[in-house]
Amino acid sequence: MFDVRDDTAFVRFDRVQKSYDGVSLVVKDLNLDIARGEFMTMLGPSGSGKTTCLMMLAGFETATSGDILLGGKPINNIPPHKRGIGMVFQNYALFPHMTVGENLSFPLEVRGLGRSDREAKVKRALDMVQMGAFAGRRPAQLSGGQQQRIALARALVFEPDLVLMDEPLGALDKNLRERMQYEIKHIHESLGVTVVYVTHDQTEALTMSDKVAVFDDGKIQQLAPPDILYEEPSNAFVAAFIGENNTLRGQVVRIEGDVCTVKLSEGGGEVKALRVNVEGEGAQTTLSLRPERVMIAGGDSHMDNVFDAQVQELIYLGDHIRVRVQVAGNDEFIVKVPNSSSGRKVRVGDALRLGWAMQDCRALDPS
Amino acid sequence: MAQADAGGVPLETGRSGKPASEKRQKLVTADGTPLKRALQRAERRRVLAALLLVAPLLVFLLTVFIFPIGQMMWRSVDNPQVVNALPNTLQALQGWDGRELPDERVFAALRDDFLADAERPRREQTIGPLGIRLNYELSAARGAISRTARQVPQFEEPYKEAFLDAHRLWGDPALWRVIQREGRPLTMSYYVAALDREFDEFGNIVQRDENRRIYVSLYGRTLALSVGITFLCFLLGFPIAYYMSILPMRQANLLMICVLLPFWTSLLVRTTAWIVLLQQQGVVNTLLVSVGLIGDDNRLSLIYNMTGTIIAMTHILLPFMVLPLYSVMRTIPPSYMRAAKSLGATPTTAFRRVYFPQTLPGIGAGAVLVFIISIGYYITPALVGGQSGRMISNEIARHMQQSLNWGLAAALGTMLLVGVLVLYWLYQRLVGAESLKLG
Amino acid sequence: MTQRSLKLIGAGSAVSLLALGAAQAAEDPISLTIVSWGGAYTQSQVRAYHEPWMELNPHVTIINDDGSANALAGLRAQSQAGNVTWDLVDMLPSDAQLACDEGIILPIDHDEMLAAAPDGTPASEDFLPGSLGECFIPQIVYSTVLTFRPGAFPEDNQPSSIADLFDTENFPGRRALQDRPGTNLEWALYADGVDPDDIYDVLATPEGQDRAFAKLDTIKDDIVFWTEGAQAPQLLADGEVVFATGYNGRMFDAIEVEGMEAEIIWDGQVVEWDGWVVPADGPNVDAVMEYLYFATDTQRLADQASFISYGPARASSAELVGEHADLGIDMNEHMPTAPENYFAPIVLDNDFWTDYGDELRERFANWMLQ
Repeated sequence: MFDVRDDTAFVRFDRVQKSYDGVSLVVKDLNLDIARGEFMTMLGPSGSGKTTCLMMLAGFETATSGDILLGGKPINNIPPHKRGIGMVFQNYALFPHMTVGENLSFPLEVRGLGRSDREAKVKRALDMVQMGAFAGRRPAQLSGGQQQRIALARALVFEPDLVLMDEPLGALDKNLRERMQYEIKHIHESLGVTVVYVTHDQTEALTMSDKVAVFDDGKIQQLAPPDILYEEPSNAFVAAFIGENNTLRGQVVRIEGDVCTVKLSEGGGEVKALRVNVEGEGAQTTLSLRPERVMIAGGDSHMDNVFDAQVQELIYLGDHIRVRVQVAGNDEFIVKVPNSSSGRKVRVGDALRLGWAMQDCRALDPS
Repeated sequence: MAQADAGGVPLETGRSGKPASEKRQKLVTADGTPLKRALQRAERRRVLAALLLVAPLLVFLLTVFIFPIGQMMWRSVDNPQVVNALPNTLQALQGWDGRELPDERVFAALRDDFLADAERPRREQTIGPLGIRLNYELSAARGAISRTARQVPQFEEPYKEAFLDAHRLWGDPALWRVIQREGRPLTMSYYVAALDREFDEFGNIVQRDENRRIYVSLYGRTLALSVGITFLCFLLGFPIAYYMSILPMRQANLLMICVLLPFWTSLLVRTTAWIVLLQQQGVVNTLLVSVGLIGDDNRLSLIYNMTGTIIAMTHILLPFMVLPLYSVMRTIPPSYMRAAKSLGATPTTAFRRVYFPQTLPGIGAGAVLVFIISIGYYITPALVGGQSGRMISNEIARHMQQSLNWGLAAALGTMLLVGVLVLYWLYQRLVGAESLKLG
Repeated sequence: MTQRSLKLIGAGSAVSLLALGAAQAAEDPISLTIVSWGGAYTQSQVRAYHEPWMELNPHVTIINDDGSANALAGLRAQSQAGNVTWDLVDMLPSDAQLACDEGIILPIDHDEMLAAAPDGTPASEDFLPGSLGECFIPQIVYSTVLTFRPGAFPEDNQPSSIADLFDTENFPGRRALQDRPGTNLEWALYADGVDPDDIYDVLATPEGQDRAFAKLDTIKDDIVFWTEGAQAPQLLADGEVVFATGYNGRMFDAIEVEGMEAEIIWDGQVVEWDGWVVPADGPNVDAVMEYLYFATDTQRLADQASFISYGPARASSAELVGEHADLGIDMNEHMPTAPENYFAPIVLDNDFWTDYGDELRERFANWMLQ
């Protein structure tokens, strides 16, 4: 279904399955191609199988069935230390008994590089993450962000073609995390290295990746570039998981080409929506609608869908105001109102008319 | 506190004559006490509370640890017996050259001392302890003293002949040299003996007869045994601790109980078990014979010798190695090994370069614990060690309990204590005690 | 009788409670702590001395303490701490002499403090010659004997003398000896042909000591050393050794009571005393003296022999020794002092060991370590 493979794939998961207990599958029939130089993010809630996939790729877990290919060759039987894959761990895993310099020098030593080579590469790697002055420190003497940089430098110092990152920014505070996102992205671009990145943070995934694979329940729910993922979620899980989302449930009563008409289950009337993932007339469906695509309609506007709403709650966020309204029996419906000088004032209890375009309202699986 | 000033609480209104500026310089609390004193008072209370909290332990340590150790050290040099018993003799002996037998004057003084002692109440008599003391230095001296003591009241001049008749040892300058040498309130002779040395006739410290040297070699053996046992504990304990650290908590706890089992069995049960297992007609030997590994008349001696001591002590002390190792290993996340492998290290290299160095604090703590405990062990060696498995503590216990030579026991004990402290100091210098992780 | 009537009145009348209290004050309960060797030996003392004494004196309770093995250290420690809790201690005469020299046990006037024999012989003459010490009252004669496992040797070639202990050619197998020089050195010289009466004279010379150690060298590879008295019969019973030295009472117990297959060789038995000493400044010296008068009389010493095979230390007790209280065996033939056993005894010389003990113990320890 997501078979977007081409024959130049650098990393390929070919019908990979993984079970720990022989009863249930943690990873169900995974097919995934990653092109050389790509920044691929595996995104998903915890327990969705994304980390297991990463560990199988690194060689710390073995696939129960199926093949993992690296550069066209199966690597199932190659032990981790021979795969030549760099890895950044969640807790950095910097060796506490070695200095920063020794940590970076370690992968070069075990590869038998000469001393001068090692020193040059270590220096270059440290400079790359702006940590050139810290070679003599121990990891415990560094801040979290500094440790993160060192872990990154260590994973890159032996110039692997593929680098795996397992939630590398999870332990950092918000500001630092954002800065590191840009840095990692920058390093990826300048080195041209292939990155497989695991995170449960959708913002991280959207800002950094070339492609995002959304995992849930051991399966890839959608594999797409960030913008497609956000704007054109192909099922209800992705729609709900990525970004903010208004959900309306109902039954498809009519389909005309791309357009389907949905009767809302709360008795709120009919909605025209874009047919994306609907079995046919009579099927249950989940409508997905981004808050920023909902307009507060003036009396004369012509929208595909127009509904009456009542304001329940206002949340002031500076640049915009989140307005929680009740629409067609759903009182978790969010509308974003830009905080512009021309915008009208909204108060709790106000009655509004809301409208949205048919293309923005996607009819998905019932979930 | 600043509030006190601002609050306008009347400041020393009784002495309003003083300039206001001077008053303002002194910070006071809300109720008018100078700030410094208030702070001191508050601090004093905290210090007092802290002191009260540690006081029981302090008193306990002082009474059961520091004080006895001090007393032991004092006993190893304390030497009152000759000074108390023979004041006149010692005076008369002043200036004696130590070669020829002393003259009549000294023997007369000796008679006076003996007679004076007989006058004293029994509990204060000093001749008995004198005999015991001199016998440590010279065999048969106790017999000479006690047998002579009964005859002294009937002695007539010349006393020298009378003494020589009473016991042959009075005619031996060696006895007189001992009396002269030990006629001081402090002595080093216990340490001399503890080092397998003695005084020769010129007062030089020389090695003892070869067939009476025991302590130095016993110290050496104790050290070697302790090192060996520590190493064995490490060899056996490391894999167990590692395995426990990667097991789920439940199974790890079960394994831990097995490791701790020797702690919970009484010494008698354990010893009996070892005997049943290890003796020549025991389980292990019988098994080996029935399997055909050894012949029936070649059964191994696994107990009542050094092997017995090593097996039994390794068994008992293993938990002291496993516990610190386990507690250190549990804190080493598996991601370190994974990181090392992902960086290209083979499993062996990853273990050697990354995992093992991180267990060093545990190894250090375990080794120090096992070593220090085993160097002072004596019950187990006494029960299963036979002769070759004896350690210095057995000799100390023998002098404490059987020969009652507490001075020598104290000297041997002090040397052991100092030895352990020196080794600990060396360890600290080489490895650093802060790297110890005891749990 | 008066006491009894007082009690009766007391039971009937509340007014006489005071009088009752006064009567009991005359016999305040006393508990005596008596230190001995534990095991079968303490049991024999309990049954022969303690129980009869407590029956005669209901206000006395006797507490047994098995601390004799370290009694010397205990006595000195208690005396130095100024807190003597032991009333009576069972110990060896050599240790008693040491404690006596230190002044931590009381000197005994034997005729004054001990009962005379039934025929009026004073105690100092009734106790076996040489057994009484300045501070020491002997109870028993015990001996260290050689024991062997008959099954270990062919029937026509059974060992019978101390010399056989040193004959590894005719009697191969391991031997269990005590880990101290006493007995071992004496036997080495005896087996080497020295007359029992001359042993200590020879042992006092450096040449004699060399000779004894040289003789021990010949069996050194076959020796297993034991420390605690219970180990010797155990080693024999487990088949670990073919010969074992041991105390004759323990061996009797193992053979006759436990049914161990072993035989005692009385040749060269090393005879020693064991007895009482009274700690100086003990808590109940008067009560202990009363007890001692009773417990060391002719009948009581003879009684002890019906519970354990140690010989009574009084000459007048010998003819009263009868059968074992539980087994019904005639105990006379099991006494170390029985004429058929006492044919070649070596009487342990405490004076010798007092003088040369320190030196020989060191040399023996050194020899064991080699």
